[in-house]
Amino acid sequence: MTKPVTDTEQKYLLQGNEAIVEGALAAGCRFYAGYPITPSSEIAELMSVKLPTVGGTFIQMEDEIASMGAIVGASLAGVKSLTATSGPGFSLMQENLGYASMTEVPIVVVNVMRGGPSTGLPTSPAQADVMQARWGTHGDHAIIVLAVSSVADSYEITIQAFNLAEKYRTPVILLSDEIVGHTREAITLPPNKDIPIFNRIKPSVPPEWYLPYEDNSRGVPPMADIGSGYRHHVTGLMHDAKGFPNFSPEVAGGFLKRQYRKLANGADEIQMTKQFMMDDAEIAIITYGAVSRSAIRAVRMAREQGIKAGFLQLVTLWPFPKKAVDAVCRKCRAVLVPEMNMGQMVREVRAVNQTATLKQLNRFDGKFITPQILFRKLMSL
Amino acid sequence: MVEQASKVRHDFLRHDMNFPHVWCPGCGLGIVLGSLIRATASLNIPQDELVLASGIGCTGRMPAYVDFNTLHTTHGRALTFSTGIKLANPSLTVMTVMGDGDATAIGGNHFIHAARRNLNITAIIVNNMIYGMTGGQYSPTTPYGAKASTAQYGHIEHSFSIAELAITAGASYVARGTVHHVPQLDALIKGGIQKRGFAVIEIMSNCHTYYGRQNGLGDPVAYQKHFKDHAVTVNKAEKMSPEEMDGKFSIGVLADIDKPAYVDEYQHIRDMACKKTTEQGETKGGECAKERLDEM
Amino acid sequence: MKKERYEMRFCGSGGQGVITAAVIFAEAAGVYGDYYVCQTQSYGPQSRGGTSMAEVVISPHEIDYPKVVNMDCLLAMNQTALDSFFSDFSPKGLLVVDSTFVGQTPTSSSISLPFTEVARELGKEIVANIVALGAVGQLCGKLPIADLEKAVLARVPEKFRDLNREALFAGVDLVKDVNVEGLNHTPSLDDIYGLSD
Repeated sequence: MTKPVTDTEQKYLLQGNEAIVEGALAAGCRFYAGYPITPSSEIAELMSVKLPTVGGTFIQMEDEIASMGAIVGASLAGVKSLTATSGPGFSLMQENLGYASMTEVPIVVVNVMRGGPSTGLPTSPAQADVMQARWGTHGDHAIIVLAVSSVADSYEITIQAFNLAEKYRTPVILLSDEIVGHTREAITLPPNKDIPIFNRIKPSVPPEWYLPYEDNSRGVPPMADIGSGYRHHVTGLMHDAKGFPNFSPEVAGGFLKRQYRKLANGADEIQMTKQFMMDDAEIAIITYGAVSRSAIRAVRMAREQGIKAGFLQLVTLWPFPKKAVDAVCRKCRAVLVPEMNMGQMVREVRAVNQTATLKQLNRFDGKFITPQILFRKLMSL
Repeated sequence: MVEQASKVRHDFLRHDMNFPHVWCPGCGLGIVLGSLIRATASLNIPQDELVLASGIGCTGRMPAYVDFNTLHTTHGRALTFSTGIKLANPSLTVMTVMGDGDATAIGGNHFIHAARRNLNITAIIVNNMIYGMTGGQYSPTTPYGAKASTAQYGHIEHSFSIAELAITAGASYVARGTVHHVPQLDALIKGGIQKRGFAVIEIMSNCHTYYGRQNGLGDPVAYQKHFKDHAVTVNKAEKMSPEEMDGKFSIGVLADIDKPAYVDEYQHIRDMACKKTTEQGETKGGECAKERLDEM
Repeated sequence: MKKERYEMRFCGSGGQGVITAAVIFAEAAGVYGDYYVCQTQSYGPQSRGGTSMAEVVISPHEIDYPKVVNMDCLLAMNQTALDSFFSDFSPKGLLVVDSTFVGQTPTSSSISLPFTEVARELGKEIVANIVALGAVGQLCGKLPIADLEKAVLARVPEKFRDLNREALFAGVDLVKDVNVEGLNHTPSLDDIYGLSD
């Protein structure tokens, strides 16, 4: 276990973006490469101040493509690495995100979502990148996407993001948004509860036996740092267990199957959700990110009116937490999926359970979905 | 001598499963690979500490053949990966091989910024004036008037000088060689690796298959002779008029300056940040760990 | 519903320090006090001139929705900001304005005080936000002025500490005699017509 950066328990008033930095440092992140973009720039600014004090390295690259390249390189050399951006930069990152996926390099990418497409609404919130986070880079690939809803979340889920990246040798995308990123809340650091820190498993065999992409029961091969004596080849081409290009159908098919299998094996741990007043709920809200805050409030308001409402918060968006969503759909007579986009995750909910009465509520004008709007919709279900 | 050279090849090549290589018979890339191996071997750096990264294209395939820590990254981005590796572990000797299209078209921005930053990386750019792997399309170094599969009526754009671009962008060491002048090439690459700062070695190489066939140099031997006839040493070039230099190019060390390397500068940042945090008595983030610093 | 949340909005023109004031209030409540707090702001070009707005929600319980729904307290440092951000004001709310820059208030039950003039007398117009913070802190009665003082001093550089402390207490003194309970609150639609708003 790595010692957290903060060693004396103290209360701080932090923005969501700042809490991501604290979480990353606590998780052992020691490298950051990024490019300025609103509304994520606070993450870069704070990293540039803090990383050099803990022996880490901050660098501002020439663009987001370069930022991704640099963090993949640093992670290959054994250092936990982070970058942060918003929509336009996230689009540029897709290329090397695919490389990280193909070469199974643990990295964490934060996207503080803003309104799009293109330059869009730089200072307004949105949740319209959830499909891009899943399918933004070309080709089939496995990926983990998490979403945060508060400052406390931003700290904890960032640590989880690093843990999952290290444990499953995969890029992890952390979706925040303009609201969570810029809201200040009081937070005690380090938190009262223990959050274990997980580091990637290194090879235990001698270098001449090491196969960097060899399958095992977990589907996650041990990972050797560049420079640690385990010389190997890393390529974005389809490759065999040794890491060398190989285009045979067995290798190509087997590789993708293993990528999907390794996340399926860890589904119970990866697919995180939170429930609120779901025990006796007859109607429910399913959502994620900042809208969760309005959802909790709306459920409280409905309960005051005697309506048995509940709320399921998706912390993990991908792999989509089918089991938890299906359970809510089966249990409730109606389900509402509010999102700050034109309806993206609602499609997944529908795919999981085609018989549920499903309503969507979408806002895509750069404004927050308020509890009042949600409450009125709940009452009409 | 011959025995020794073949032992170096044996030790440095991944000879067991990666041959035959993907390059055309007579391609200059094999000569570049040979030079690279001799240069690194002469410096006695353990193979475990050598990193060779590449982008996409014919040149991009080079790392797979050498028994270093090797990366074959995305098109044009090799230097960004090298940047991350070097910063994460400054004790490594990081080299990057790129083609002309890779380094100066799709990767042009990364190239000039890496030079500006002066990170301790050796950039080897194999310039064959064409996109070979995709079938002979024009690149930023294809000469005006030349033919390419996307310039069948003659090329109307003007070309870059990779070495001059590197000098302007701030590289510490800039050299140009050819695949004909091999002993010099060995020395130039060696000089680049030894330089504490960003080093660029532009290597004029032959793609007789695509550039040559479309421009009257389809035979690799004729192409070698072309390099012999058109390369002028730096000293000689200085004394020649622009008219005399027309169609020719200079070879040798074109720039060699000393300025602070990035990793050294960043160490100052760490020291300053630690001092400031300690002075303020701040506990948050104030460990001032020296984990990797001693290696630098 | 038991009124537990307390919702505040500070507004003014960019440069009047309303965001800083909100951050300090949030810090006093959440870091030096035991409240849960959420502090948000209008973000963007406004912070470089134009109208600026920040919100603070405090509660003894975990806060769900982080923004203002039913505003308990509004501090307006100029007229334009007041006009723009008065909506969501609770009929029973506390409206405090800087009389230096606000001529008209939308409700008769407001408290109008010359924050900027007081700051000028102290020697630096820039501390008007801290004067206002002292006044609002005292009027709302949500937290000890000592906590507010700690938060102010933690935010400002050493050489400006005395000035800011002075400004804070000048604000507190300014409202010592104001009787908040005695304010004639604007009746709600419910009071007049039996309608809920």
